Amino acid sequence: MRYVDEYRDADKARALATEIAALCEPGRQYKFMEVCGGHTHTIYKHGIDDYLPESVQLVHGPGCPVCVIPMGRVDDAIAIAEQSDVIMATFGDMMRVPGGRGSFFDSKAAGADVRMVYSPLDALTLARRNPDKRVVFMAIGFETTAPSTAMTVLRAAADGVDNFSVFCNHVTIIPAIKAILDSPDLRLDGFIGPGHVSTVIGCRPYEFIARHHGKPLVCAGFEPLDVLQSVYMIMRQLADGRAEVENQYARVVPWDGNAKALTAIAEVMELRPYFEWRGLGFISQSALKVRDEYAAFDAERIFDVPGVRVADPKACQCGEVLKGVIKPWECKVFGTACTPETPIGTCMVSSEGACAAYYNFGRFSRAHVHEATKR
Amino acid sequence: MSDATAREQQVLDRIEQARRRPARVTDERITLAHGAGGKATHRLIEAVFLGAFRNPVLEALEDQAVITVGDQRLAFTTDSFVVSPLFFPGGDIGDLAVNGTVNDLAMSGARPLCLSAGFILEEGFPVADLERITASMAAAASNAGVQIVTGDTKVVERGKGDGCYINTAGVGVVERSVDLGAGKAQAGDAVVVSGPIGEHGITVMLARGELEIEADVQSDTAPLHALVDSLLDAAPGVHCLRDATRGGVATVLNEIATASHIAIALEEDRVPVRPAVSGACELLGLDPLYVACEGRFVAVVDGAQADAAVDALRAHPLGESAAVVGRVNADPEGLVLLRTAFGGTRIVDMLVGDPLPRIC
Amino acid sequence: MCLAVPTEVVELRVDEPDMAVVEVSGVRRAINIGLLASEGVRPGDWVLVHVGFAMSKIDEAEARATLRLLEELGQAYDDELAALAQPVEDD
Repeated sequence: MRYVDEYRDADKARALATEIAALCEPGRQYKFMEVCGGHTHTIYKHGIDDYLPESVQLVHGPGCPVCVIPMGRVDDAIAIAEQSDVIMATFGDMMRVPGGRGSFFDSKAAGADVRMVYSPLDALTLARRNPDKRVVFMAIGFETTAPSTAMTVLRAAADGVDNFSVFCNHVTIIPAIKAILDSPDLRLDGFIGPGHVSTVIGCRPYEFIARHHGKPLVCAGFEPLDVLQSVYMIMRQLADGRAEVENQYARVVPWDGNAKALTAIAEVMELRPYFEWRGLGFISQSALKVRDEYAAFDAERIFDVPGVRVADPKACQCGEVLKGVIKPWECKVFGTACTPETPIGTCMVSSEGACAAYYNFGRFSRAHVHEATKR
Repeated sequence: MSDATAREQQVLDRIEQARRRPARVTDERITLAHGAGGKATHRLIEAVFLGAFRNPVLEALEDQAVITVGDQRLAFTTDSFVVSPLFFPGGDIGDLAVNGTVNDLAMSGARPLCLSAGFILEEGFPVADLERITASMAAAASNAGVQIVTGDTKVVERGKGDGCYINTAGVGVVERSVDLGAGKAQAGDAVVVSGPIGEHGITVMLARGELEIEADVQSDTAPLHALVDSLLDAAPGVHCLRDATRGGVATVLNEIATASHIAIALEEDRVPVRPAVSGACELLGLDPLYVACEGRFVAVVDGAQADAAVDALRAHPLGESAAVVGRVNADPEGLVLLRTAFGGTRIVDMLVGDPLPRIC
Repeated sequence: MCLAVPTEVVELRVDEPDMAVVEVSGVRRAINIGLLASEGVRPGDWVLVHVGFAMSKIDEAEARATLRLLEELGQAYDDELAALAQPVEDD
């Protein structure tokens, strides 16, 4: 087993598609949110939409960590990167994300030392190799990534690496899902749960979604059959009149998560009272900051960050697009002030965001593309 | 038409208008994206270079110019090499500088004749490294049957160059009566790639050492003119030939789809990719279709000659894994579509900049 | 939101107790296995790797159970197709 190809089998996909179609009630429209940007990527990369009936629609959720970083935080990070003795280390994803005054790519062009890393540990290695520089790791991501940052800080502390710090932008998924669920105009029938976040937090934190909001959530893997099977499991729950948390990704996700990872996060980080999400606005207790005990590794305290808030333009309606309330083209700034080259909201930042995808390819219907690729 | 549909159409029309407006470079400074071969590079070329130098030969935006002198058709091209690191598994900047220019000539059906070599060296660069590079250039030139007949050397201050940059220009002669161009693909043509893709790009990315990943891959750098010769002998109905360098196969196909006003439908499971390349791509979140090759090309061939083309390529050591990977359709114009191995479909767009390792 | 890849543990680093070398399709990298300390990681285990850290051990029995479920669905689908392909007899 390689745990990859086995879950990419087109024959099994056809069988699942038939089962899903059979579960559709005539005349009913189904909208499911895949919370995680990784799922959005899988759906797009493998063309999973093609296996779903027209009445089943997947709505891309807020789980793309680079897309939800507000412009002000990007500007702050760039202000740190621009200091002459700083090496800023970041994941490749972050390089192109625009702040109010450009991206890391732009600051690199203007002379800042910005390096791409695969792991926060590589940033720590950079710090060891460059003792005359201050190395700052741009920490982004949900609970999947936060333990890695925490473990790296713990390692830096244990080894006394004093020229390493993190600019902490870790966010937590549950408050974002709550914000979406609390919206009065919500039109979602169920959730495809974020499988990799769940390796850390487990499945229990989602129980309120089923219990209090009556929506099914299926914690899903990231191969295309995982996603299709999760859609099937949600449809099955709806057909049976159930609303439960189920775990499709049991090969990887323990129901109770990873205690060691949660301990590492709790040791190094604590909740911020509130944090701004691009497109969703301020959400209380939705992000992590470095604890006082580890202040020596907190770039926010070491550097004098401007902390200027760059307001999302009022006309940006990412929140409504994310919640499935409006279509991308119904947003007031879509295609005028907000384009893939000059994105305003989160849905335009990532090429897989709902708005960017619609901007590039909205003129081609699914049927059109399907026809053109027939064997 | 309902009210909502009419409004949606208005928005789509507005985007279409914006798309047709002449390219502009909105960035204040050059970024790495402008050199990555994707959308940003295209905008820079159209707005700045084509804007300043416009003429009918340049407007074709081919990898080489074919000019008629007397009754000879000459192919002429130039390319600069700034690879980091300078030495990597399977080659070095010297092989690349020779093979890259030889291949740009070969893609017009030309027989490469001679090359120039210009060196920009950084103060402090070890002479031993330079000799290693020139030795591999000499070997590559001899292997490709060309001579390096003129050159230039400049030295820049320490810190103002990355050790060694090389520019090569090349001249070849087009003896066949072929007329190749990115704008010449027709509905019914087959799309062929000459070998497994993405090996050079992954090799160089890993050789930089930043990602701390080890894999058994090496650069595919090779001169392709002999392979092109066998192809054109077997399949005179080749319409487009491009080596899939920066931006990879996806970028070349987008260029062809745009220039020829046709659609290309690819079959993911027919695209040759070696396991180590697909493994590295899985780990880094990259799509091999966008990763650079230095010894592979894409050919668009009259559909009736597709089998002959692939047979001829496979008979050559550099084309062993050649395969038909898709076909040309009339519609939807300008798009590259992919039928995924999973049985779904997606659009293969041109990248904005370099493919970057992802974590999400 | 998070790219994570199943990889096989091929070596435990003797000099660095939290580190292991993993492999996928012949591609190797050293990763940190500190988050799986309580479960014990051995060569031959498959782990899910995200940004250089092993997040979870892959449970082969669960993986096979999922596939079996999918196969059963596939079987039902094939039976249905076969039934449809049968000539319909007049009463």
